[in-house]
Amino acid sequence: MSAGNGRPAGAAAAGVANEAGRPRIGVYVCHCGTNIAGTVDVAEVRRWAEERLADRGVVVARDYKFMCSSLGQELIEKDVAELGLDRVVVAACSPHMHEATFRGACARAGLNPYLCELVSIREQDSWVHTDGVAATAKARAILSGGVERVRHHEPLEPLRVHINPATLVVGGGIAGIQTALEIADAGFPVYLVEREPSIGGHMAQFDKTFPTLDCSACILTPRMYSAGSHPNVRLLTWSEVINVEGFVGSFKVTVLRKARYIDTDLCTGCGICQEKCPRKILDVVYEAGLGYRKGVYTPFPQAVPKYPVIDRANCTFFDNGKCKACEKFCPTGAIDFEQQDEIVTLEVGNIVLATGYELFDPRRIAQYGYGRLANVFTSLEFERLSNAAGPTQGRVVLRDGVTEPRTVGIIHCVGSRDRNFNNYCSAICCMQSLKFAHLVKEHTGATVYEFYIDMRTAAKAYDEFYQRVLEEGTIFVRGKVAEVTEVARTPEEEGKLVLQVEDTLIGRQRRIPVDMVILSCGLEPRHDTKKVAQLFGISCSADGWLIEKHPKLDPVATMEEGVFIAGCVSGPKDIPTSVAQGAAAAARVLGHIQQGELALEPIKAAVDPDVCSGCRICNGLCPFNAITFREDRMVSEVNPALCQGCGTCVAACPAGAMSGTCFSDEQILAQVEGLLLANLQGTAGREAVSA
Amino acid sequence: MSGEARPTFAMYGAGSCGGCDIAVLNVHEKILEIGAAFEVVLWPVVMDAKYRDLEARPDSSIDLTLFSGGIRTDENADLARLLRRKTKLLVAFGSCAGEGCIPGLANLTPPAEILDTVYETVSTENPDHLRPGTQPNPGGPGQLAGFAAVLRTLDQVVDVDYFVPGCPPESPRIAEVLDLALAALRGGEDLPPRGAVLGAGESTVCDECARTRNVKQIAGFRRIQEIDHLDPTLCLLEQGIPCNGAATASGCGALCPTAGAQCVGCYGPVAGAIDGGARLMSAFASVAQARTAEEMDRILDGLVDPIGQFYRFGLAKSLLRASRSAWAAAGGEWGRR
Repeated sequence: MSAGNGRPAGAAAAGVANEAGRPRIGVYVCHCGTNIAGTVDVAEVRRWAEERLADRGVVVARDYKFMCSSLGQELIEKDVAELGLDRVVVAACSPHMHEATFRGACARAGLNPYLCELVSIREQDSWVHTDGVAATAKARAILSGGVERVRHHEPLEPLRVHINPATLVVGGGIAGIQTALEIADAGFPVYLVEREPSIGGHMAQFDKTFPTLDCSACILTPRMYSAGSHPNVRLLTWSEVINVEGFVGSFKVTVLRKARYIDTDLCTGCGICQEKCPRKILDVVYEAGLGYRKGVYTPFPQAVPKYPVIDRANCTFFDNGKCKACEKFCPTGAIDFEQQDEIVTLEVGNIVLATGYELFDPRRIAQYGYGRLANVFTSLEFERLSNAAGPTQGRVVLRDGVTEPRTVGIIHCVGSRDRNFNNYCSAICCMQSLKFAHLVKEHTGATVYEFYIDMRTAAKAYDEFYQRVLEEGTIFVRGKVAEVTEVARTPEEEGKLVLQVEDTLIGRQRRIPVDMVILSCGLEPRHDTKKVAQLFGISCSADGWLIEKHPKLDPVATMEEGVFIAGCVSGPKDIPTSVAQGAAAAARVLGHIQQGELALEPIKAAVDPDVCSGCRICNGLCPFNAITFREDRMVSEVNPALCQGCGTCVAACPAGAMSGTCFSDEQILAQVEGLLLANLQGTAGREAVSA
Repeated sequence: MSGEARPTFAMYGAGSCGGCDIAVLNVHEKILEIGAAFEVVLWPVVMDAKYRDLEARPDSSIDLTLFSGGIRTDENADLARLLRRKTKLLVAFGSCAGEGCIPGLANLTPPAEILDTVYETVSTENPDHLRPGTQPNPGGPGQLAGFAAVLRTLDQVVDVDYFVPGCPPESPRIAEVLDLALAALRGGEDLPPRGAVLGAGESTVCDECARTRNVKQIAGFRRIQEIDHLDPTLCLLEQGIPCNGAATASGCGALCPTAGAQCVGCYGPVAGAIDGGARLMSAFASVAQARTAEEMDRILDGLVDPIGQFYRFGLAKSLLRASRSAWAAAGGEWGRR
């Protein structure tokens, strides 16, 4: 039996958590230059608060040009000290912007920071209204809501968690390698998990990198080698993360290490097994389907680690128990067909996800003919064609393997900036297409057409490279290609691929015959990105990329504390940006490690076990996997270190057993009443609240 | 009253079906104990009594009054005020007095429409066009009680000391409450703070329900008669039956779900919940497996009577309280908050 049901519905309890009986509230109204003051009569709001909210506990109200400036913050600190304020309401911008600022000011003055409430009269008011009188009335209402709410605030203490100095980096492309090296160089252990047999990622497939045309392998392999040999990096290739538990500071990560069937203690990486293996398999990963690998293989000669793997699905021995050629010829006896998959548990304090992207599959645009017309190539296929270590030793030839093209058409924005597929710009396609044009010219001297929508070359030395390709004589046609066809209309088109395109600069339909078409395919989230997001408790955008905590100000953090993202996993990026993000994520991780201990926001959900009936409605809702069901006691429980205080479970709990600190029913209803009362003008409503 | 004065007891039914009185009588042999322990001064179902005798009593001279029924007529309101004045411990007994219950659903309809339906339709013989508030016997005594614009709960009219939920309250809970009241009146035990709910658990019906439950995912709602084979051991909500148990205070022993029928919510929301119906809606919406607005519409279409589903018992006490038209007829005034 318990109290409470007799409470009048809708009326927030009048009791205020203040021993002295009456709160002493300071109100601070910010002009934000003209951001707020341009629309809202700030002085009037201050005057109104001073007069009309005095009986609600407001003892001082001030307005100031920039409350967030040090002078503005000092105003608050001074008032807390001199007037003995025990609550503060700042009417300014969104809490996302400056909540921490004003909480900090209160804390410096000795007031518990959670007794400060920031209400937004900028994003929610001045920025979205033009009528000054109405906006001023709204500002009064918002402020009044904040005052009513803050009366119910209670002091809160942050939750402290220890940070394990080890870090997990998922994905061994250039972004992940960079992250791992930065952290390892700072002296802390890193686990680098990669799904493929070698680290290197997409960059290892490229021949040249734009705009400088450095050899991709030449700049990548030293980094790969460093990561592979660094005393602080433990490489886990041919491995996948299958489970994540815990929270920032103490994650427990389960990794599946697929059996390599190679004893890495004995293997010297000599490559004899690959030479002797009789099984030839089309390599659709590294060679993009243009070349072959063996049943036992390293994806490329500079692979790190140097040890090959036996592809169980494509091994004659695993098929029918015969062969064992690799075992026969291995000089060190390193082949081990008995090896089993292994489960490894890692304990880490932070996680960086750098799982990269997948190429848009151009088969989805049937009119471009990829897969049907032999000499239509994807961008990745061309990367392999032009690569000296590739299947053609760098000869740019048609699908027959011998004929050099005399004319080449490169189509931009394949699957990007296209409402049928992806709305976004894939960011790298313009530059990669320009690089292709240059490489085609260099290798074959062919005539090159580029079909583009807009030319986007906005980074250091990018536009200069565009100028250079222009000067090399590449022909640019502004227009989206409608169709690639082998149906000739004129004798010149016989035996050619014809690109049908509207040249928007001359306003004419054109048909351009070429020997080879390169589709500059866009980047897409990996097919299992959603699963990865779920595994690590973070979210994907509608496009499927992982979401940053803030797209501008916090691009490598996520809403999950201790889980960071770097590189193309959050959207298409070029190599310099991916590297910068890798380093940035490392800096954030090192920040955590250096602190040793992290203070987490105390704004959390909690279950009252006496009220919880174990109905399990909340169990599947938590985006952070913070809720567990205790079968033994038949109640649900919130792990406070995992909880991010989003409130989803609080809203869903039908029993009212779940409550959120700083967002209690009492606080929210008081805020609603405050909003409404400000518009009543009279005192009748006021009495109702204090009744 | 002589020598050892027994505590005095009253029970009164305002806008109610009488089921609460029957529930009190249904405490089996305990009723003898009650009869012996209390001096009954007013209990229309059990014995004759006159309002004037009640009026003649000194104020606060009744120790315990169980008041059932909502406040719909002048007479209901007068008796509520009178009994409040005469009573030390006034208990809103049962769902009607506490949260409006089924009679509270009339708050969806403006009073004129209700009266037209009751007094003027073809099936009604009412040659003198009598209506609440009129004089049935011109020149003679008596007047029919006036009909309020909306039904109010007891605590929306007078101060209430305790609430006992249920439609009706279950007999074992009634016995517990009466034992507690007796003990307190005899000075043996402290009562919980005023305004508390008595005779209900802290948790919800699920707490008392033996059905197994998993992580909730609802792909659609079905009515119980639409299901051929109901799993006798699995949570009803997980089988698509819109069971209100998760939002309804425990105390009944999960009678309905145990018998294979969904909880309809007669014990009201858990103590402290502001609006049980809103809580339940929010809970159902949270676990509905819809990715698009159309899918959500389809799932919600499975709830054929939303008000009946979410506010069957609690409408008059909810944040909604009444339809806009009924509210307007009440002049937008609810009286006590």
